[in-house]
Amino acid sequence: MSWLLVILGAAVGAPLRYLTDRAVQARHDSPLPWGTFTVNTAASAVLGLITGAVGAGAASTRVALLVGTGLCGALSTYSTLSYETLRLVEDGHRRLAALTAAASLLAGVGAAAVGVTLAHALWG
Amino acid sequence: MAEQPAPQPTSPADPTGPAVVATDPDVDLHLPAQRAELRAHPALLLGVIAAGGALGACARYGAALAWPTHPGAFGWTTVAVNTVGCAAIGVLMALVRAGRLAHPLARPFLGTGILGGFTTFSAYAVDVEGHLDSGRPLTALAALALTPAAALAAVWAATAATRGLLLRCGERRRGDRRR
Repeated sequence: MSWLLVILGAAVGAPLRYLTDRAVQARHDSPLPWGTFTVNTAASAVLGLITGAVGAGAASTRVALLVGTGLCGALSTYSTLSYETLRLVEDGHRRLAALTAAASLLAGVGAAAVGVTLAHALWG
Repeated sequence: MAEQPAPQPTSPADPTGPAVVATDPDVDLHLPAQRAELRAHPALLLGVIAAGGALGACARYGAALAWPTHPGAFGWTTVAVNTVGCAAIGVLMALVRAGRLAHPLARPFLGTGILGGFTTFSAYAVDVEGHLDSGRPLTALAALALTPAAALAAVWAATAATRGLLLRCGERRRGDRRR
């Protein structure tokens, strides 16, 4: 059952990342990886919310597996982030690579904190 | 650093030539083939990405069950999963760039699907936040810095190694042809 929940969540999360990345790129023609930034930040906020909700007893481990491990895990990506950073460095944009990587990490941790705080406010 | 020239002869799989190379392994709308792929086969493409994502997520979940992280402990399993996934994307994209993985569904299935589903940024971010929240700032800082350092080292080393191997294979093949 738990495997099925992870599969279901990931089967939605991975195409959602692809479609979001397309939508962001279609609107912002930029060499910077804003699509990946968007999915990673959003998934961190949702996983923060789920983690907080599970901690407060407001969500079951099933929800955590479906939405957390499955959906948020597949919506967010480290492989794409690291490859994009490498490509920015290879193309000679070292400072830009460091800045976008730092912005991604801080936005992700910040979004996770917002999610956890929201969960505490709602169910704490 | 300038773009490295693609191994000669240029792959027939990349009609745009070596100057235009995907920056985003999920999808890069600068490449005409990738811009058109969703409209051409929407159900097949999204289905392949969903299947790959599910496989990757199952591998990640399996790793978490095999090497569980206890509450408050350092999330080594997520670090390892992300590092392995970043090395794999380096190999994959080097092969795609060299025209060795010419099938139009190879990148969506392997890169966007499996590796995107296997690696995770959200678990990393929540892990760092959890250490901060529980009053472990040093562990949080270590967790914050370790994954990106390992991830970048892995993708760089795997890319360089694969390119080197491909170049050597290409040279050997040209040598055989001359004989």
